Amino acid sequence: MQDNNWRILTRPLIDDNPLTLQILGICSALAVTTSLDTALLMSLVVVCVLALGSGSVSLIRGHIPHSVRIIVQITIIATLVIVVDQVLQAYAFELSKRLSVFVGLIITNCIVLGRAESFAMHNGFVASTLDGIGNGLGYSLILVIVGAIREFFGKGSLLNIQILIPTSQGGAFEPLHLMLLPPSAFFIIGGIIWFIRRKRPQQVEKPEFTLRAREQESK
Amino acid sequence: MSEVALKDSTTRALAMAITVAFICGLLVSVVAVSLRPIYKANIEAERIAQLELVLGALSDIGRVLTIDNLEARIVDLESGEFDDSIDVATFDAERAAAKPATSATIPADLDLAGLKRRALHAPVYLVRDASEQIDLVILPVSGRGYQSTLRAWLVLDGDTQTVRALKFYQHGETPGVGARIEEPEWEAQWRDLRAFDDAGVLRIGVRSQAGGAYSDDAEYQVDGISGATRTTQGVDGMLRFWLGEFGFATFLQRIREERL
Repeated sequence: MQDNNWRILTRPLIDDNPLTLQILGICSALAVTTSLDTALLMSLVVVCVLALGSGSVSLIRGHIPHSVRIIVQITIIATLVIVVDQVLQAYAFELSKRLSVFVGLIITNCIVLGRAESFAMHNGFVASTLDGIGNGLGYSLILVIVGAIREFFGKGSLLNIQILIPTSQGGAFEPLHLMLLPPSAFFIIGGIIWFIRRKRPQQVEKPEFTLRAREQESK
Repeated sequence: MSEVALKDSTTRALAMAITVAFICGLLVSVVAVSLRPIYKANIEAERIAQLELVLGALSDIGRVLTIDNLEARIVDLESGEFDDSIDVATFDAERAAAKPATSATIPADLDLAGLKRRALHAPVYLVRDASEQIDLVILPVSGRGYQSTLRAWLVLDGDTQTVRALKFYQHGETPGVGARIEEPEWEAQWRDLRAFDDAGVLRIGVRSQAGGAYSDDAEYQVDGISGATRTTQGVDGMLRFWLGEFGFATFLQRIREERL
């Protein structure tokens, strides 16, 4: 049992990562990763919402009528997101302004509803909460890596601490402006996916179509 | 009746939906109401921090002032009159601009700042001299830059014709390129720049290569930033809009004519 819970928690980190294997939640991953601090805060928020969302859905799963289950799940998730958003606006005002609408958009993040519907509806409270935390951490892991790469190469800093001095201030570092634009997150996430699938070939999807072998050339 | 059928009956579904909605609604209301004072304090702290910036810019031109020296008023942009029914401390122009009831659509041909809508009211800050005449007028201006909304304080002389300072307090432009709008060297160019010509025509702007480098407007213009064409064009449009007829023009005209 202990082993099983540990697997539920750690599986979504690499083996079943919501971003790199299921390719969910990409939109927010592009938007909030221009710097490491926003990526970290977004990660924290998503972990909280996923853990509490999956936990509470699991608690009342025996009472949720099948016909309205998605609506009930979304209501619970939306409530949690609004509450977290309000808390951020009160206690992390500056950062919450930089995350702007993307906190609110967690409601529509496929990972949250996906875990509620596919896991929390069929599993106990502890397992569901762990599954929520695990998936949140899997999402966070990628977000933090992408955020760190983009901030470091785009601004030469990490967590707003200047590490490389840019040429505009007399240093030798030429900031890569592409890193601050959304497409760079695509390239980095793509690179991470390639790297993981190279190390874990079982994640590679089978091609849906194969090219037909070339026919024998006739004279 | 089996367990499953009972769970899926319409009454059960309705009861469950109402219960969940009630609990969730209650939770949201309690949190929103209890955190409201902290949120309001944050808004106020932010406003003061933004004003500190403009005070810093003013001390650079030899005017050492404190927040208490600023007379905060709300202006009805269409009539140019003061509207004291709105509290300056809690007025949120961004939020007002987003709501149809408190904002106006900007006609497309006048929308030089790319804002689409603007609030009906705007906060302004006045500095009066010893004889109670308006000495400085501080206006909030905003507009679309290259990849973010630019927000700045525009400080005009009491004659409402001359720019004394332009101080950006919020933007998300590219570091090292567009973000150079807030470098002291660039901001210094706005000092004592004439905004209107003798005929009262708005001439202020940012010079860019495409816009005729040595035109008649040269004395009303500052140099653009190379590599940041879109950002500096944004600054140009922002100032032309806010000093124009859909911006503060009516209010400024009242200051000139009525010596408020």
